[in-house]
Amino acid sequence: MSIDTSTAARVAKLARIRVEEDALPALAEEFNTILGFIEQLGEVDVDGVEPMVSVTPMRLPRRADEVTDGGQQSRVLSNAPDAREGFFAVPKVVE
Amino acid sequence: MMSDLNKLTIAEARDSLRRGDITSAELTESCLTAISGAGALNAFVHDTSQLAREMASAADTRLKAGDAPAMCGIPLGIKDLFCTRGVPSQAASGILDGFRPEYESTVTSKLFEAGAVMLGKLNMDEFAMGSSNETSVYGNAVNPWRRKGDDAALTPGGSSGGSAAAVAADLCLGATGTDTGGSIRQPAAFTGITGIKPTYGRCSRWGVVAFASSLDQAGPMTKTVRDSAIMLGAMCGHDPKDSTSADMAVPDFEAALTGDIRGKVIGIPEEYSIDGMPQEIRDLWADGSEMLKDAGAEIRWISLPHTKYALPAYYVIAPAEASSNLARYDGVRYGHRASLAPGDGITEMYEKTRAEGFGPEVQRRVMVGTYVLSAGFYDAYYNRARKVRTLIKRDFEQVFADGVDAILTPATPSAAFGLGEMASADPVQMYLNDVFTVTVNLAGLPGVTVPAGQDAQGLPLGLQLIGRPWEEGELLNCAYTLERAAGFVAKPEKWW
Repeated sequence: MSIDTSTAARVAKLARIRVEEDALPALAEEFNTILGFIEQLGEVDVDGVEPMVSVTPMRLPRRADEVTDGGQQSRVLSNAPDAREGFFAVPKVVE
Repeated sequence: MMSDLNKLTIAEARDSLRRGDITSAELTESCLTAISGAGALNAFVHDTSQLAREMASAADTRLKAGDAPAMCGIPLGIKDLFCTRGVPSQAASGILDGFRPEYESTVTSKLFEAGAVMLGKLNMDEFAMGSSNETSVYGNAVNPWRRKGDDAALTPGGSSGGSAAAVAADLCLGATGTDTGGSIRQPAAFTGITGIKPTYGRCSRWGVVAFASSLDQAGPMTKTVRDSAIMLGAMCGHDPKDSTSADMAVPDFEAALTGDIRGKVIGIPEEYSIDGMPQEIRDLWADGSEMLKDAGAEIRWISLPHTKYALPAYYVIAPAEASSNLARYDGVRYGHRASLAPGDGITEMYEKTRAEGFGPEVQRRVMVGTYVLSAGFYDAYYNRARKVRTLIKRDFEQVFADGVDAILTPATPSAAFGLGEMASADPVQMYLNDVFTVTVNLAGLPGVTVPAGQDAQGLPLGLQLIGRPWEEGELLNCAYTLERAAGFVAKPEKWW
């Protein structure tokens, strides 16, 4: 399994991280080192083994479906890079 | 007023505070003075001294009224990963620049309700991804220890490097840490202090910036085992805001420290004897086993056959979870947003914000995680890693079922290394730091490291004890016994 620069570019795109063209070969090489390390997992016999879902056996807790919090618009927005009229503001999404 | 109050242990300070021999105000001031003289360690990265003085004064009022909890008036450092209300909390990342949470993490809430004093926020690896504190946006934290006759700056370990440096240098009485693959235990070992990662679910993760949610646990980093027992008791407990928080009573961990481990079975896992392990570490491990035997424990060789696959499984699972958790940093709701060029849309905003805000190691792990979760690779990598994780946990369950009470291993494969020494190594070389600690996170178990000796260059070395789930009290008692037998009292010589 070897990652080329076009795969590296695709992964960067999926992760929504801008990577400049000239940085892709080094990135691909780092991926290959890490994935080469991970490849060892292929040696393990995992037939019939359940993938772990929860490290401690537990049932996900449930509670009544009711409003327990809210009404904190200004606190929710207090750290926004751009907030206007009670909303988060972002660049135009739909043309 | 007594001098050097900052050098007290939590237990000593608690007793002196309760007797009225000292005040929290004096104790806190002593720590603040030590912090202001320790800029070279770069351990504290956000100053909350004003808040600390107010909290100390409130603690003194409670202490005077009597019946104050054990942590009342105790000055602590708080890892930057914990959200603290109104105080910068940015996980040592540029992407959370300027973020001041509107809420308090459950763990810090519990500590502050118990009367603990926050001195400031502590340096760490960015998003807790690192083993040397070299990925921090604040720059490296520096180990107060140096090699004999050598003034090269050493790593305090990571990711809780600032916490470790601060406790080892007596800048605070204790510090909070978090541990996803070894981030409490490895830095504790590198700086000659004690740190425990409790059982997964013991401490609430609410308000702790998430790295890999199925592995992350908070824990104390302190000067002694007793202090860890006291501080852990104040940090844990059920929290409905964390669905994985255990609804179990919190025992009195300090009361478990009897020093009596007669008849306990201590397992020595043969797989932890790895190639290239320095002789000093082998000797330390053998000495530790001898000490526990002398204390009346039965020493038994055990096998944990899937140990070798723990690190590779970790480097699938942790980045996968990180890529999902860190998707929230998009420049919309908090933290950094890149300035945009004319015509840039929302995708450019995401991509530029994340490229500017995340450092190289975080970018690398987010992308590895994205890759192992992507269509066509999910089964081959992610599901396989989760199956291997099941097998790793089963290894431990087997030895515990066979009667083993605790497992003794080295804490790290080496003593603290120099800052910058690993710069030219590939990322996997750095990952190997966690080879002895990462199994514990994958299996959700409690693990504690205790300083047990020094290498030829005078640097501290630690041993790790791994316990049964939810039996932190018994585990800490083993650690306490080891601590007493090892008699580690060395302190770094002050150069900062």
